[in-house]
Amino acid sequence: MKHMGKKKKWFKGQVLTVLPLYLFTLLFVLGPMIYMVVLSFLTRAETWGILPELTLKNYQDIGEPIYLKTFWESIKLAVVSTLLIVAIGYPFGYFMAKLTGKWKKRVTMLLMIPFWTSSLIRLYGWIIIFRAGGVLDKLLNALHVTEEPLKLLYTYPAVVVGMVYALLPFMIFAVYSSAEKLDFSLVEAARDLGASPWKAFLTVTLKLTLPGLLSGVVLTFVPSMGLFFIADILGGNKVILVGNLIQDQLMKAHNWPFAASLSVILLALTSVMIYLYRKISGVKELEGLV
Amino acid sequence: MEDIILSLQNIRKSFSGIPVLNGINLTARQGEFITLLGASGCGKTTTLRIIAGLETPDEGHVLLDGQDMTAAEPNRRDVNTVFQNYALFPHMNVEANIGYGLKIRKRPKEEIREEVKKMLSLVQLTGYEKRMPSELSGGQRQRVAIARALINRPKLLLLDEPLGALDLQLRRQMQQELKRLQKKLGITFIYITHDQEEALTMSDRIAVMLDGRFQQIGTPAEVYETPKTSYVAKFVGSANIVYGTVESIQEETVVFSSTAGQESFHSRGRSFTPGQPVTLAVRGEQARLEKGAEKGLAGTVKEKSFSGGMLRVAVELSDQVEFICSRHGIDSKLEPGDKVRVVWEPEHACPVDLEEENQ
Amino acid sequence: MKNRTRLPQVYLGFLLALMYVPILLVIVYSFNESKISSVWSGFSLKWYRELFRDSAMFEALGNTLVLGAASSLCAGVVGTLGAYGMTKVKFRTKGAVEYISTLPIMIPEIILGMVFLAFFSLLGLPFGMTTLIIAHTAFCIPYVYMLVKARLVGMDKSLEEAAADLGASPVRVFFDITLPLLLPAIVSGMLLAFAMSVDDVIISVFVTGVNTNTLPLKIYTQMKTGVTPKINALCTLMFAATLLLCGLAAFLGRTPKKRDSKKELS
Repeated sequence: MKHMGKKKKWFKGQVLTVLPLYLFTLLFVLGPMIYMVVLSFLTRAETWGILPELTLKNYQDIGEPIYLKTFWESIKLAVVSTLLIVAIGYPFGYFMAKLTGKWKKRVTMLLMIPFWTSSLIRLYGWIIIFRAGGVLDKLLNALHVTEEPLKLLYTYPAVVVGMVYALLPFMIFAVYSSAEKLDFSLVEAARDLGASPWKAFLTVTLKLTLPGLLSGVVLTFVPSMGLFFIADILGGNKVILVGNLIQDQLMKAHNWPFAASLSVILLALTSVMIYLYRKISGVKELEGLV
Repeated sequence: MEDIILSLQNIRKSFSGIPVLNGINLTARQGEFITLLGASGCGKTTTLRIIAGLETPDEGHVLLDGQDMTAAEPNRRDVNTVFQNYALFPHMNVEANIGYGLKIRKRPKEEIREEVKKMLSLVQLTGYEKRMPSELSGGQRQRVAIARALINRPKLLLLDEPLGALDLQLRRQMQQELKRLQKKLGITFIYITHDQEEALTMSDRIAVMLDGRFQQIGTPAEVYETPKTSYVAKFVGSANIVYGTVESIQEETVVFSSTAGQESFHSRGRSFTPGQPVTLAVRGEQARLEKGAEKGLAGTVKEKSFSGGMLRVAVELSDQVEFICSRHGIDSKLEPGDKVRVVWEPEHACPVDLEEENQ
Repeated sequence: MKNRTRLPQVYLGFLLALMYVPILLVIVYSFNESKISSVWSGFSLKWYRELFRDSAMFEALGNTLVLGAASSLCAGVVGTLGAYGMTKVKFRTKGAVEYISTLPIMIPEIILGMVFLAFFSLLGLPFGMTTLIIAHTAFCIPYVYMLVKARLVGMDKSLEEAAADLGASPVRVFFDITLPLLLPAIVSGMLLAFAMSVDDVIISVFVTGVNTNTLPLKIYTQMKTGVTPKINALCTLMFAATLLLCGLAAFLGRTPKKRDSKKELS
């Protein structure tokens, strides 16, 4: 005797609830992704549009020196920004998790506000600071550090500052979320057992907050190659990222298959990083993502 | 037969291949207080959930008031449950919690208010209508949970370790109150606990569970005095278990022998043959320790301790079985290392684990 | 010892202050009389007046709000129902679909933009509000989904069972018990989604139509071409709106937490 009647009824009703998510995900996330991969193997038509002929040309093109250089520059910038973000954001997230009661709430709130503020507004502030004769120049002038304007706007350092500033909260929240679960008495126990502060940090704190740190890296490294508007606004035309390249290929050169192949490479890079993250940290979901 | 409220027929259930219930049968009459007693993981909560309709059995039937309700959803059953953690709706006040069952049945608001008031006075919480569950103490939440489950006037009330989270004093008080409520309302209670004392004091019948089977179903006296299995004897009566064979039979008295010695037991109307292996359950307070006795099981005193006004003496029998004697008062001159014999009256030793008893 | 305990606070304080400097500068210069932002020539509200005369700006604002509301609402419904179903029912494809549905917030936005641009033109959808809403819903869903799922996982299953036990049908259980208990998570997920939608530049650049401008897009183009302090005024107002939103989120986030901690205490 099997009694499936009741199970089935409940089951049916609850299947319906995932239907919208399934449909949307298949139609508007998976579908487009698959199309992008297909597109990256198609041929660009001479004048406009796409020809349904399979080719590897788009991937071969990435190997051309100018594009390769863009990739290389992009990765370099991503590495520099990510290292800075780790250096600045890790202690911040860790200290924040160590705060207690009222102050923890206040600092979280104070951090949420810039995070929720439009990134354009925040970038715009940096323009005011960096522009020739801007706030920074005036400050340095007043302190007699420099006499001439630095002309920092539209330079590589300006883009790095912009990246760090825009992506820092992701790292902080990721580390914070991980450090908050950390039982600080473990660190004390390690110290009690004779570990030096440095050793205790490496063996206990760092090890247990690694998921947060790695999640932060995943959430900052690859995106920093794609944030074309930061390079646009703070770098002028001097810094070209993969993101700018994709945008140009899409909007100006109208070479969609090539843009698709660039995106596929970027997507592959992200997937590898998420895979490594899961492998190393043993956690399925990215720490502090939401 | 008309007053049979619940009948479980050969219920089997397994979770991801692991059997939890191995064919259990149980009937409950109108107004009966039945306790499912067992250690955690014995399947008692699953049994309750199957009666409530929160789980569907793989095999077997659930009959409620004579009707097969095996496949009926929980909301179609005339059964209500008091959950282990109370499961009070945190976003509703006491009145809304208790009145929920009537609201579902679309009763008029006035009537619901009146009924809730009655229930609150029944569980002695008059005036608590507007409190939120988070503002109540553990005992008060317990009462609200009971009131909420009773307002539908179910034929059967299921209680899953309802007193588990309360401290001892409150527990005792609530035990009496529950018993009083049950008598007053005449509703059949199926009660889960792992506390044998609670089971013995409250129940009309106790069903002792082990590994998804009922070991014994009977009145508290039956289960306590004449356990059918060694598990029941140990779990309910904290009895000692000794193993041996039948030596000889004289009318109702059977002589039992093991490598540790000889002692006799009452056959209780069962037939025994010499040489038959037999297991006896003997409660610690019904055995005596004697130095230099002729008969009885020989052993060495291992340990003496006092607990709850009782002196407990642990003896290691010469066949390596531990036997614990206990009695009131401090009268023993026995010291660890002393050679003693364990003796008892035949009627105090109960043969258990007899073949024909196993289902 | 004292030194060691003070250092973290100093670090946190300094960095937080640094984060606010650019924002504060934008606000300060929005009241600047001069058109050139490097020169301070006195307090003035004239940029605000000019901003309020700009009808294109209001249209962009309207579009942004409609877009944010529509996509966070869609995400609220799809994400909540999805998270509910996913925790109740076991499918073989569950893990894969869950992973794919959260991809939009894990991968760089530029990929999402590119993907939607190509896909929508393949489908022949006219670019405009519809395409914007679909694209924004895609990256709004994960926020709602993940927050609601976390809440569902932490929720006491016996609450729903108790309601069913008292006679409530599955639909009734959902609306009487599950939904009210999930509400704080749904609302904070939708707020987060709304904030992300209102802030988005990258994806919108690709999927917007010629005639549909959003506020971030307008600011972005102006920043690239040439800035008037009007933008400062606009940014200041947007920041004020953000503050309000943050306050609202904090207010909504606090009430359920209080309840939970009390529940755990007992």
